[in-house]
Amino acid sequence: MSDQIMKAVEAAANPKIPALQPGDSVSVHVKIKEGERERIQEFKGTVIRLRKGGNESSFTVRRVASNGIGVERTFLMRSPRLDKVVVERHNIVRRAQLYFMRERTGKSARLKQKFD
Amino acid sequence: MLKGLLGRKIGMTQIFDEQGVASPVTIIEAGPCFVTQVRTPETEGYSAIQLGFSESHPKKLTGGELGHLKAKDLPPLRVLREFRTTENDMKVGDKVTVEAFAVGERVDVIGTSKGKGFAGVVKRHNFNGQPKTHGASDRTRAPGSSGSGTTPGRVFRGKRRSGHMGSERVTMQGLRVILVDAERNLIGLRGAVPGPKGGVVVIQEARKQ
Repeated sequence: MSDQIMKAVEAAANPKIPALQPGDSVSVHVKIKEGERERIQEFKGTVIRLRKGGNESSFTVRRVASNGIGVERTFLMRSPRLDKVVVERHNIVRRAQLYFMRERTGKSARLKQKFD
Repeated sequence: MLKGLLGRKIGMTQIFDEQGVASPVTIIEAGPCFVTQVRTPETEGYSAIQLGFSESHPKKLTGGELGHLKAKDLPPLRVLREFRTTENDMKVGDKVTVEAFAVGERVDVIGTSKGKGFAGVVKRHNFNGQPKTHGASDRTRAPGSSGSGTTPGRVFRGKRRSGHMGSERVTMQGLRVILVDAERNLIGLRGAVPGPKGGVVVIQEARKQ
């Protein structure tokens, strides 16, 4: 009963966000407001963490920016700021949280592509 | 209009605003409430409005409550609470809904906190406890000394000890209204509200605006 009431209040899932897997190479399209104008910014990287929980779901994307500096960004799945998420490729990973990627650079930071 | 409402806590979630900022929100199923009695200085010696909430099976009410409501042709309402107010534009049978509050307003919420049972001094009064190591044994959550020595030779009154915790009246002040859903009788407040899910809460205009 109370769950139904909560569902009615919470934001609906974004249909432009597909089912994600840890290790996926994704491109996240985020709406950014600059004064009056609104534009879309892309954030490309690897999904290193997925937190499932309906309305509170989130995922963390890691990318290595210039000079080998790692950048991680956590997105809320139901946020209206998320325009869409594009999965560019699936990768073979053997754990749910890929925190070991933080210690890896260069060649060892690559993931093997998974072909279905 | 009376700025007061009775409700039941449904639970917490997060809600996004237009900018995409997520707020922690407590959802309360509030109202519709009915004015069940108007107390006036002439008859009762003070002015207040009694609201009733939660229509229930008549067997859930006592005979006195049933008679009180039946005399006014009201449904069996399980929860009755009084609101002290000098406003006198309301009469018995009037309906109060969540529309009494608007998004952005500040409200106070009164509820009964979750019962914690007989709680120790660490949980109840935020004492620090004692070390787990360095030779200590079985003293980790002990309260320590409760006073001095020969002077004063007694423990001061009001010394914080272990005992029953929770299940008491708690007021949360100045919660902001985030959501008002008149169709489903829901009100969403930013922040936490005392009590368990399903607990009865009183919502009223904030004392400190």
